[in-house]
Amino acid sequence: MTDDKDVLRDVWFGRIPTCFTLYQDEITEREAEPYYLLLPRVSYLTLVTDKVKKHFQKVMRQEDISEIWFEYEGTPLKWHYPIGLLFDLLASSSALPWNITVHFKSFPEKDLLHCPSKDVIEAHFMSCVKEADALKHKSQVINEMQKKDHKQLWMGLQNDRFDQFWAINRKLMEYPAEENGFRYIPFRIYQTTTERPFIQKLFRPVSTDGQLHTLGDLLKEVCPSAVAPEDGEKKNQVMIHGIEPMLETPLQWLSEHLSYPDNFLHISIIPQPTD
Amino acid sequence: MKAILYSQRNEGPVPRRPTGLCAVSVAEHRCGPAHPPRSRRGKERRNSSGEWQEEGVRGRWPPKAAPAAMPSSALWAVDLFGRVFTLSTAGQHWEPCRDAQLEFKRVSAARDCCWGIACDHQVYVLVGASDVPIRCQEEAYENQRWNPVGGFCETLLPSDRWPWSDVSGLQHRPLDGVALPSLHWEWESDWYVDENFGGEPTEKGGWTYAIDFPAAYTRDKKWNSCVRRRRWIRYRRYKSQDAWAKIPSEDDPQQLPDPFSDLSVGGWEVTDEPVGRLSVWAVTLQGKVWYRENVSHHNPEGSSWSLVDTPGEAVQISCGPHDLLWVTLWEGQALVREGINRNNPKGSSWSTVEPPTSENGILHVSTGVCVVWAVTKDRKVWFRRGVNSHNPCGTSWIEMFGEMMMVNVGLNDQVWGIGCVDRALYFRQGVTQSELSGKTWKVIVAGREGDRSLSGSSFSLHSAGCFFGNEVRGSAESCGPGDTDASWEVPGPASSPAGLRGKESWKGPSHATANFPEATDLSSLRLLPLGLEEPDSADCHALWAWVSGGGCAVEAHTTLKWFTTQSGLCPSVQTLSLSITPAQTAAWRKQIFQQLTERTKRELENFQHYEQAVEQSVWVKTGALQWWCDWKPHKWMDVHVALEQLTGHDGAQDSILFIYYVVHEEKKYIHVFLNEVTALVPVFSEAKHSFALYTPERTRQRWPVRLAAATEQDMSDWLTLLNLSCCESRRMHGRPSPQAIWSVTCKGDIFVSEPSPDLEGPERRLPCDQMFWRQIGGHLRVVEANSRGVVWGIGYDHTAWVYTGGYGGGCFQGLASSTSNVFTQWDVKFVHIYENQRWNPVTGYTSRGLPTDRYMWSDATGLQECTKASTKPPSLQWTWVSDWFVDFSVPGGTDPEGWQYASDFPASYHKYKTMKDFVRRRCWARKCKLVTTGPWLEVTSVALRDVSIIPESPGAHGSGLNIALWAISDKGDVLCRLGVSELNPEGFCWMHVGTDQPFTSVSIGTCYQVWAVARDGSAFYRSSVSPSRPNGDCWYHIPPPPKQRLKQVSVGHTSVFALDENGNLWYRQGVTPSHPQGDSWEHVSNNVRHVSVGPLDQVWVIADKVQGSHSLSRGTVCRRTGVQSLEPKGQGWDYGIGGGWDHLSIRASATRAPRSSSQKPASKQNGQPPSVAGGPWQTPGPVCC
Repeated sequence: MTDDKDVLRDVWFGRIPTCFTLYQDEITEREAEPYYLLLPRVSYLTLVTDKVKKHFQKVMRQEDISEIWFEYEGTPLKWHYPIGLLFDLLASSSALPWNITVHFKSFPEKDLLHCPSKDVIEAHFMSCVKEADALKHKSQVINEMQKKDHKQLWMGLQNDRFDQFWAINRKLMEYPAEENGFRYIPFRIYQTTTERPFIQKLFRPVSTDGQLHTLGDLLKEVCPSAVAPEDGEKKNQVMIHGIEPMLETPLQWLSEHLSYPDNFLHISIIPQPTD
Repeated sequence: MKAILYSQRNEGPVPRRPTGLCAVSVAEHRCGPAHPPRSRRGKERRNSSGEWQEEGVRGRWPPKAAPAAMPSSALWAVDLFGRVFTLSTAGQHWEPCRDAQLEFKRVSAARDCCWGIACDHQVYVLVGASDVPIRCQEEAYENQRWNPVGGFCETLLPSDRWPWSDVSGLQHRPLDGVALPSLHWEWESDWYVDENFGGEPTEKGGWTYAIDFPAAYTRDKKWNSCVRRRRWIRYRRYKSQDAWAKIPSEDDPQQLPDPFSDLSVGGWEVTDEPVGRLSVWAVTLQGKVWYRENVSHHNPEGSSWSLVDTPGEAVQISCGPHDLLWVTLWEGQALVREGINRNNPKGSSWSTVEPPTSENGILHVSTGVCVVWAVTKDRKVWFRRGVNSHNPCGTSWIEMFGEMMMVNVGLNDQVWGIGCVDRALYFRQGVTQSELSGKTWKVIVAGREGDRSLSGSSFSLHSAGCFFGNEVRGSAESCGPGDTDASWEVPGPASSPAGLRGKESWKGPSHATANFPEATDLSSLRLLPLGLEEPDSADCHALWAWVSGGGCAVEAHTTLKWFTTQSGLCPSVQTLSLSITPAQTAAWRKQIFQQLTERTKRELENFQHYEQAVEQSVWVKTGALQWWCDWKPHKWMDVHVALEQLTGHDGAQDSILFIYYVVHEEKKYIHVFLNEVTALVPVFSEAKHSFALYTPERTRQRWPVRLAAATEQDMSDWLTLLNLSCCESRRMHGRPSPQAIWSVTCKGDIFVSEPSPDLEGPERRLPCDQMFWRQIGGHLRVVEANSRGVVWGIGYDHTAWVYTGGYGGGCFQGLASSTSNVFTQWDVKFVHIYENQRWNPVTGYTSRGLPTDRYMWSDATGLQECTKASTKPPSLQWTWVSDWFVDFSVPGGTDPEGWQYASDFPASYHKYKTMKDFVRRRCWARKCKLVTTGPWLEVTSVALRDVSIIPESPGAHGSGLNIALWAISDKGDVLCRLGVSELNPEGFCWMHVGTDQPFTSVSIGTCYQVWAVARDGSAFYRSSVSPSRPNGDCWYHIPPPPKQRLKQVSVGHTSVFALDENGNLWYRQGVTPSHPQGDSWEHVSNNVRHVSVGPLDQVWVIADKVQGSHSLSRGTVCRRTGVQSLEPKGQGWDYGIGGGWDHLSIRASATRAPRSSSQKPASKQNGQPPSVAGGPWQTPGPVCC
């Protein structure tokens, strides 16, 4: 019998094989070899690409180096989205490895946030965790934690330490025994087809008559266009962590098991591949 | 020694049932001795088609569905129509009582039965259905005297006893004169001769000889044996289980009948002798109080009513679980019975308690262990303060909120009531030992099975209101539907608890209550116009007349589902059944597991050579603990600890624990590689949260590293982290394999070890002390496993538990615990202390001892002082759940006050005082309870003492077969479980296997050889047990080793080992397929506490007095070495983890080591049992057909 705990492990240890190539217009002293790396799905691009940066800086002149940024098929990659989300949203239908282009020039100010240091990633990550707990427990759990617990969450993510992270994170995943779940489910729904970055609304895990809400219920409520009509053809894929959970899956369970480390369910809605 | 077929041989003119159809020949099975088989006693018969059947046993074979046994803990209630319902503490629906024909006025429930007064004013008792029948042994003695002419004959001397008598010889007792006590009993079989004489088989015919009556009898006939006698036995069985059995009333034909009007059962905590004793009290319409004599488990109906004089006219009575008995009088006062104790459960005198106010007398009382609740005539509810055994009258009344028709106090002093206006059932929330009056009334809204159909025929609010209203409150002039609606909308039964409602609304609007006579002709109701009937049955709730919580155990950890109506099951709600867990098998979950696996494959399989983005790092957790230092004087010293975890790129983890200490101002440290740790054992003693850490070396020294944390949370965090690291470094995740070795420590902690393939290998065996044990949550005394993953456990309180397939629980939270399959578990045990006294000529026995004496309050040895105030529960996990009470059940018996006498301390104690006795002691006990979590679910209905699951060699049996499981109940009944399989490890029901005495231990071997040990210390072999005949055929008596009493037996593939009460381990010699009982016992070892023989005939024990380099340990896991086919007894011991271990099961470990080439195929030699380790299994095992 497979236990639900194994899902957490699988989610955490998800890796995307990636090939980084330097943008052709970048000026190099000698030819830049592509760089191959397994990226943790749950982490952030700028947190795990020190090696990439070092690799390409070796072939470049010091004065040509400014802030690094990444792009896939013309789309600048937002570092503040988890890697797995970026991949699912933009590249899940293409062949592996994932080809990412590395830029050091012409930072797309209107598309991307600057990421001068790891502290910025930490601040962003912790604010997501806090927001999620505000939705789940009115911030009670995160506020009761000590500073070192917050630090352990971050260090766990940064050092890819599953045990260290989950020793603390499990407290964020608990809920009172008399309730059937969290107060609200922290989720964000992303679509490539719209301008809006993502959809986020208040949504409870349990309906007023005591029934558990499912993924399907959520989509019908907040993003009806994503759900195929009863008899209609399936036009979209609903993807979390590279898989397509059934619409019958209880949302509370998804939130406990398929949330990213920032405690949000990042759901990608992408057009069904035609082939 | 030879095993004797334990059978009846008919001698003399004994009426005998035709036995042709049931005498399954033992010879057929090629295992019987030369004696003719006796007819199988009891209930088994073959039907006409020759199929084997079990008579009177609830389970069918093959079982089709689980029997709907009476829930072990349920609330009983009667609605206004006299229908009886039960509501299980685990359920959320009222179940109608079986016997729907009878309508009841009153019910009073106990754990296993319910008494009631039906509308015919007769008393009935319903004994809950159980897989174990209620059976009583009747005995008679046949006495004979020798005379020179005819030898032994029935002609006795005129001064002699009767030829047929009871055991004393004083009473004439012919076999055909022994009658069944009532219509509710049936005979199990005919009379037969008992051939077991104190554990020893007698000669033919069961005769025992003596010089004269009465005298000491012996098995052997001597030259001076002038008289002889033999014992005949016959069983009768209570046949009216799960049905209302009528109790005859004691009406004097001279007088007018005086029917019963109220009744109450209780008193089960006064004494448990005989087993299941109950006090049943009743009140008649004329106000008399009656007591039912001799009600007990084995005599559920009791024997007769006896009148108890009262100073007034009684109307209602309530008997608490302990010694409280209150009666309400017609005039409104209450009578309180004084002097109820174990020697006098009827009590001795009455005292009177005045009602709270003089204008409103008491209408109704209900008593618990130390509470009394009452309802006065104005429907107010009162709580009596200060009630206990010493002061049964209490001190004063306190008015409680709400107005009730009646209240009832159940187990644990929990309270239920019936609302005065809405007739709804209320539960008093928040009743605890410290707050006995509770907090609020909460309405129970559980639905009734088939509410719709019930209401369709006769449910009418108007009629109900009129019909049962006790008082005239309003006029019945307007009884239209609108009116009834109004009276129901306002109180709003489900919306607001009674406690919140104002008094005005309690009185209700024009509530249609008329003073109808208390007739019970329900048929007239059905003639009422249809318009009065409630149109929508879902909105109407039941109207209750009576409630009884005497069988309903609500405790702090019980979560009741009575207060919400839930439509449809939530998919993630954990259902308390192992066989069906919809959440586990849900398609969405499967899909996620499957897709994640596919994703990992897709994204990683071809890219393993890629570099990881995040370099693995060392992670260190530090903290401050205390360490029990290695040198003398041993003491706790403050240390700093650091756990360094290093993870390699392959995910392998390596961890080191450093312990830094300062000695003589010098900084030092010790370190432990976590991949060498063999066990982490929590130690909750000395009010310290500590744990012991074992390595192979520390195990050999019998001196673990002991560390203590400041708080429970801190200790739990460290223990969880270290456990995770140990499992991580050994790459162990998830649930234990089906082949795992399970064990239990003396603290009830459960440990499991994965057998490595070379564990039983012929060469290079893994030494026992290198086995890694990891803890599984829960608390057990016994755990037994089978290689198909079925694991059962038994708690200290004899509760049976079945393993759910989870892991973690207890102090293992988060990642160390599985998400599902972990449930609340509890256990109960007793702490004993001794009160010691010495006699002196002036004052008699006092607590003033000699200066050399032991403490006047001590432990059993007398060495430790243990007073009532200073004695703590066994560890911080346990809490007291009772007060101190005198324990009368100590070995050797006590006088009526619980004292045991002796000439001096320490000495052997006896129950009566003699001239030479200068000291005495008595045992006090106190109940404590532990609540924890673990991957275990309760197996309800029967409490167990021992359990054994068939060990299986892989592939030896069809895996589709049910798994044989045998058990001994706490009362000593032998049981076998039907329907146990991998998918349903709990099975369906028990099948009872008759015995002539209580049993203590049972074990089943791979080939269905069932051995058992009886209370008299002898062994029994059950013949012809097979998958198609799960309960076998008959018992063969096997005498114990000379002058020893056996206490445990374990059967592997061919080997049979037994353990006696003095710790000697015995091997049964000469067991062969054709002679499964063997020939004799051979001594193997001493100092053994427990033995477990596995499916490969491997022998593991828990041994005492194992010498280590640092200390001597009790309770050490040991493996027998050198066990070979030709030497099944083995040669020596290999010592493993310990001490403090209590129980071990090797019986799931069926992995054979890969056969080495040097191994000789030993089993080919002249039909010897096959080789144990690695040998080919060409010959079938013994008893295998």
